[in-house]
Amino acid sequence: MEIDYTHHQTAHCENGVVSNLMKFNGYGVSEPMVFGIGSGLLYCYIPFLKVNHAPAITYRVMPGQIFNRFAKRVGIKIKREKFKNPSQAKLSLDENLKKNNPVGLQVGVFNLTYFPEEYRFHFNAHNLVVYGKQDDKYLISDPIMENVSTLTEEELEKVRFAKGAFAPKGHIYYPIDFPKELDLKRAIIKGIKHTCKDMLAPIPIVGVRGMRFTAKKIRRWPKKEGIKKANHYLGQIVRMQEEIGTGGGGFRYIFAAFLQEASTVLENTQLFDLSNEMTIIGDTWRDFAVDASRIYKNRSAKNDAYNDIANQLENIADMEEVFFKKLKKAIR
Amino acid sequence: MKKSDIPQDRGSKDTSNFKELCYATDEEGNYVTGNSTGWDPKKIALDNAIEEIHERTENAKQRVLKKETSPIEYYMELNKMDVSILASYIGFWSWRVKRHFKVKVFHKLSDKILKKYADLFKISINQLKDIEYGN
Repeated sequence: MEIDYTHHQTAHCENGVVSNLMKFNGYGVSEPMVFGIGSGLLYCYIPFLKVNHAPAITYRVMPGQIFNRFAKRVGIKIKREKFKNPSQAKLSLDENLKKNNPVGLQVGVFNLTYFPEEYRFHFNAHNLVVYGKQDDKYLISDPIMENVSTLTEEELEKVRFAKGAFAPKGHIYYPIDFPKELDLKRAIIKGIKHTCKDMLAPIPIVGVRGMRFTAKKIRRWPKKEGIKKANHYLGQIVRMQEEIGTGGGGFRYIFAAFLQEASTVLENTQLFDLSNEMTIIGDTWRDFAVDASRIYKNRSAKNDAYNDIANQLENIADMEEVFFKKLKKAIR
Repeated sequence: MKKSDIPQDRGSKDTSNFKELCYATDEEGNYVTGNSTGWDPKKIALDNAIEEIHERTENAKQRVLKKETSPIEYYMELNKMDVSILASYIGFWSWRVKRHFKVKVFHKLSDKILKKYADLFKISINQLKDIEYGN
């Protein structure tokens, strides 16, 4: 059984699942639109949480939040289910497929067989769509892949019941109720306002303050942690920024694409100019990554190099602070 | 980033067929999408992270051979896990897993518990008991 579903490749998995499922249901919503309305953009440094033995840094909101916010703001309802028992999780999936309903699944990537080996870490917040079953194989539309793939029953069960942080527990989700017409205008304004609030939040580890906080830490890393660890930490910042799914520049390019689309929907030319500004900020993030990679490539950097990279990060924080203040005014 | 500037550096062997989607602007400044085969700054970061795991694994191996830790820690590193991930897969508390790293405790483990670890790491109990088994 195969549902008449079209796979579209996207940069990020969660946006991609939402955008693909919306398109299946007859609503042409692009990936940047989902990301912007769902207020996906963020910066957060969590010093006490270690991922792969380095401090956790994220350029986006928590998994699941983009879809939740998007759904609330455009007025669709999502059904979500989690399971203790793998056989029940399978039953629920099979029933949906029988009803011609493609569904989103949260999975872990460590056992995801079609993924390149080097991307297979214990990361449990990946998303994909199942759109059918042929013989004993599930038909998989993974938004970050160019083409569709398949997984056996056993393989799918493994990734649906991966363990560790954010364990998916068979998490299955799909939209169930749609309004007659999506009210994108209101949703866009809400989405932008929320992102501005997050990025300018008076919390030391979030938004532009979080970047300055990270910059301060970077200056101390070589002395406090030693060169080896400092390089490993720096590598982690770049990996989180440029990892598959970010679209490059720590999601800044996707956000710029969203602002451009939003400027058309809201007939607001200011947003078009701001989109260009965000593109420049994205480019600055990439320059930062290039210089950071020079440090951890050579493995024996001087303290100066770390100070230089910290200066760059502070510069980006300044740019983003000005930017989000302007953006806040532009949609008032 | 302009569409013509989307990085096309070569990925590793593994990712040679893998092209990810990027957002970039065309000649008129409008956003479009394009595919990227890879980008060096990112590849170096990923390579370093993988090498770091190899080093941790090798380090654990040496400590197992010196009888400073049990093979469980070695297999944990080999599977890119840390204590909390291993604990949640095996269904024990973290402190209990850490206790199983002690060589003395490891030798007293029941076959049932050993089997649990062996199944998780997809190895035999013999391989679990001796990391050089069969070599």
